[in-house]
Amino acid sequence: MPTFNQRQIIETIEMIKIHHLDIRTTTLSLSLRDCCSSSCDKTAQKIYDKIIKYSSKLVNYAQEIENEYDIPIVNKRIALTPISLIGESCDDVDYVKLATVIDKAGQEVGVDFIGGFSALVDKGFTKGDLKFFEQIPEALAFTNKLCSSVNLGTSKAGVNMDAVLKTADVIKKTAELTKNFDSIGAAKFVCFCNAVTDNPFMAGAFCGINEAECALNIGVSGPGVVSSAIEELDKKADFGEVSNLIKKMAFKITSAGELIGRRMANKLGVPFGIIDLSLAPTPARGDSVAEIFKAMGLQDAGAHGTTMALAMLNDAVKKGGIMASGYVGGLSGAFIPVSEDAGMIDAAKRGVLTIDKLEAMTSVCSVGLDMIAIPGDTPNSTIAGIIADEMAIGMINKKTTAVRIIPVIGKSEGESAEFGGLLGSAPIMKVNPASSEIFVNRGGRVPAPLHSLNN
Amino acid sequence: MDNNNENQIIITVTGADKIGIVAAVSNKLAQYCVNIEDIKQTIMQNSFCMIMLCDIKNMNVSFKEFKDSILELSQALSMEIWIQKKDLFDRMHNI
Repeated sequence: MPTFNQRQIIETIEMIKIHHLDIRTTTLSLSLRDCCSSSCDKTAQKIYDKIIKYSSKLVNYAQEIENEYDIPIVNKRIALTPISLIGESCDDVDYVKLATVIDKAGQEVGVDFIGGFSALVDKGFTKGDLKFFEQIPEALAFTNKLCSSVNLGTSKAGVNMDAVLKTADVIKKTAELTKNFDSIGAAKFVCFCNAVTDNPFMAGAFCGINEAECALNIGVSGPGVVSSAIEELDKKADFGEVSNLIKKMAFKITSAGELIGRRMANKLGVPFGIIDLSLAPTPARGDSVAEIFKAMGLQDAGAHGTTMALAMLNDAVKKGGIMASGYVGGLSGAFIPVSEDAGMIDAAKRGVLTIDKLEAMTSVCSVGLDMIAIPGDTPNSTIAGIIADEMAIGMINKKTTAVRIIPVIGKSEGESAEFGGLLGSAPIMKVNPASSEIFVNRGGRVPAPLHSLNN
Repeated sequence: MDNNNENQIIITVTGADKIGIVAAVSNKLAQYCVNIEDIKQTIMQNSFCMIMLCDIKNMNVSFKEFKDSILELSQALSMEIWIQKKDLFDRMHNI
């Protein structure tokens, strides 16, 4: 006689209904390596046709599965092979044209975001890469769903400092072109050190050159599930107990994600890729990573002890997730975007959370400096300095780090930027006024680091 | 236990207790040839909570049509009704 466990059912419904457990994204990773040609028009057509062919059912199927399990699948996305690689064979390449076509295909299939307007320049630029960098700002300004990313460094190759400086220019120019909307274009662009090739989260999702023809990657989230579980724990419970509890919650969240990811992949008739278990907050109350720090006993995100809390959280999330799925990948861990997390926004507004503390936290979080608004008149060289610091943390510690920073043109420290939707709103944070000008203009490449004598 | 049975669903009905909830829901299920295999009642967030395990193997409409109809009923009863495939709970709570 089949039966069920009432407690498990109630717990699951509470996780979804009260603590915002959701499938944050179902992302179709799609290779465009067969779309290269010598004509830009022909390449654009091939890209368009391929996106339509593979993803026309993505949104419908996601809605069907959402209905079967009553779990929201918040975003449906596509991640493409870095476009710089696909476009550079064209004699007459126009990356803005390719961006527009990709955006149109994304609109047509009804996805929320389409990523992969990307370049991998950690060791140097090709001629195509240089042209690509020049056209990123315009491409982002003239599209809605397109997301762009660049990889500037790796632990194996070092950091391309010429690209760091160019990236700062790209960010500033994109912000200027979208200044009527609080410079939102810059929120759709991220630069990485050690970018991962199977990440389903935006703005940095792309289909790596080592990836299969196509695959379905899934990103699950539920910081509220973790914070509410810790809140119920005795305040004197030691770190071993806290860590174990996080692992159990991560296991449950990941199991739900794996089930839904595999169902999606089956329906679409594509292989299941990976599940990215990331505690990704949203601006909704109770869906916050900062709340987890509070539940652990810190007065606010940014208090001394936050880096340790995040390190333990990130590690426990991975440990729990790995038990639940054979293919954990992507960025997996805890995201710390400022504008997308109500608790982070509060802490930043009150000045207890600063860029310097966030930088320290990125040495142990799953990605990096994320969704941070800074004054619109911040010099490009200072932005390049912020990026360089973040790349250094990633390169030396063999981890993925990233910068998604928005210089809000026309606004200054203490004001607020409104991005809307999942991107939220952000208080404009203070940057260090000391100049990085001469340093970042040295250019060249920071040599690959030594991987022994670790201290 | 039939852990991998794709045809098993869990229906969770919550809200203020009143006469006729079980009758109204089970009538609807019979209409669509959905078989009730087990029913339990409990309290969730201080309100009445009925959980049913059902089999949809012989269901005579699509899943969406069935669910839309049950959701309509939930509005008429002023109750909240969740319908979820059972493998979700099996996966999340068992190693």
